[in-house]
Amino acid sequence: MKILQAFILALKSLSTSKIRSFLTMLGIIIGVAAVIVLVSLVNGMSQDMVSTFESMGTNLISVSIRGRGGNRRVSAEDMQQLVEDNPDYIGAMSPNVSISGTVKYESENLSTTCVGVNEYYGDINNHDVQVGRSIAYMDVESRQRNCVLGTYQVNELFDGQNPIGETVKINGYSFQVVGVLEEKQNGEEGGSDDTVLIPYTVAQKLGGGFTISSYNFSAASKDTVDQAVAVIENYLLKVYSNSNAYNVYNQAEAVEQVNELMGTMTLVLVGVAGISLLVGGIGIMNIMLVSVTERTREIGIRKSLGATPFDIKSQFVVEAITTSGIGGVIGILFGILAAWATTFAGMTVSISALAVVIAFSVSVVIGVTFGYFPAKKASKLNPIEALRYD
Amino acid sequence: MAEQKQVAPVGERIIELTDIYKIYSDGDSEVRALDGVSLAIDRGEFVAIVGASGSGKSTCMNIVGCLDIPTKGSYMLHGTDVSTMGDYELARVRNKELGFVFQQYNLIPKLNLLENVELPLVYRGLAPEERKRRAMEALERVGLAQRYQKFPSQLSGGQQQRVSIARALAGTPPVILADEPTGALDSKTGKDVLEFLKTLHKDGTTIVLITHDNSIAEQIPRVVRLQDGKILSDVVKEAAVG
Repeated sequence: MKILQAFILALKSLSTSKIRSFLTMLGIIIGVAAVIVLVSLVNGMSQDMVSTFESMGTNLISVSIRGRGGNRRVSAEDMQQLVEDNPDYIGAMSPNVSISGTVKYESENLSTTCVGVNEYYGDINNHDVQVGRSIAYMDVESRQRNCVLGTYQVNELFDGQNPIGETVKINGYSFQVVGVLEEKQNGEEGGSDDTVLIPYTVAQKLGGGFTISSYNFSAASKDTVDQAVAVIENYLLKVYSNSNAYNVYNQAEAVEQVNELMGTMTLVLVGVAGISLLVGGIGIMNIMLVSVTERTREIGIRKSLGATPFDIKSQFVVEAITTSGIGGVIGILFGILAAWATTFAGMTVSISALAVVIAFSVSVVIGVTFGYFPAKKASKLNPIEALRYD
Repeated sequence: MAEQKQVAPVGERIIELTDIYKIYSDGDSEVRALDGVSLAIDRGEFVAIVGASGSGKSTCMNIVGCLDIPTKGSYMLHGTDVSTMGDYELARVRNKELGFVFQQYNLIPKLNLLENVELPLVYRGLAPEERKRRAMEALERVGLAQRYQKFPSQLSGGQQQRVSIARALAGTPPVILADEPTGALDSKTGKDVLEFLKTLHKDGTTIVLITHDNSIAEQIPRVVRLQDGKILSDVVKEAAVG
């Protein structure tokens, strides 16, 4: 018998008991839909996280220095020299001197993190100013008490009015506001909009003249991140002769880690959904066994008319594949619909074509696997007994 | 091709059972359903195999119908030894050489008349148009061609039996095997079906009919009587022929 004919025959046979066929398919439908929804959600989540990291700049390399006492130390000038010596790999460098401080304007106080930076901060962190100007070379050189506010401070202290030219007090010292940073996270507290930039030379002084322990570098381009990391690590190893004295870290690595984590999560979730598919497959086998018993007489008739064991076997296997295949298609549609519906709940989903293909193939394979045993049973029926069966 | 075979000269040996035994072992006791049966049937004959239940006539029918193989003995069907064949070969022989008519009609309820009659041709692997043409011809012969889209449940018993005869005819096999074809019918429609089989016989079809009903056996030219797995008598009534 030809494939198409067998398929039509199977459809006919399934349509004689629609509710039963549907219930049989349900296990597959739920399994396939679950695979697609879960994979799409995890995909969306990981894309979200990756894009967050990327917005910070994939070229960004963070260096933190713990030092190991004694006279071994690096200065901002040494780091700048490193940039100038390796223009092919490293784009720019900015010290990152964090001090906690209180910003006061008129009678209002705000606790915040002040970051001492140089003129390359904006380039390295993908964070420009929306009004005014950024911290400049001259501010750093002449230790000018100028500052750039984040939109959180502007909203809280100035009610969103333009603060340029106003004077604020940071830890009791007067600073002139020269710019406002671009808003990145809706001006929320604690995020990248809750930042005050000041020249790093000033920050060092405010903090008590300590050694700078954190620097941000940008690689010359995405492709030179690895080389840039190597150059920086080499230099620091030469200075400290101990790789525990410092830590060099880049965003690309972070993105990789996110991907790895999400990959593991996907596997776990697919495993759970896979169990549901397995249960669905057992459901198909169960119904096929019932169907073989019910149709014993039909099998006997077919055999008496010249159906070979292979003809009978393929009839039932095709029926199982048809059940699981239709279940798979419905599951895919349902899964895509459900995944799409979750976007209204504010979640990012990304439907993976691979997940769809795999889910469908798995459902067909389940049809073959779980249909084979009942089909084999049917093909082995003795025609005489089958014909006598009521 | 098969149609040409059917008009081959009457007298050609079509069924030849030689010393057939069918023995069922049940623990230490054994049952001899067929106990050394030899029977030869020529092309164009109309033979009734008669016997009470337990006489071995059903077993005989199963073996003649290639649904079962004998424990011992040889069975030549249309020139081939089928007594040692496997499942696949037997299926092919049933498909090409035999047409079955059952007591319970045994039509498949979810298929319409045409599809039912087509079934043996489907398993023979014929193209759809050819299948349909032959099946319609067969339905024509039993006078149900107009109703080909009906389902078995929409027909009377006699009509269903005619469909099952059409199904047996569709493959133009050299032998039609009828197992109690009138058993489930009232006497009037039973008579009609029997008359129809007689017509087929006149047209040259070889028919082997199994029955326990003597009144039916009387109308058939050759009667083979079975008892306890053995042939009791084999009588040809010249008068009944024609």
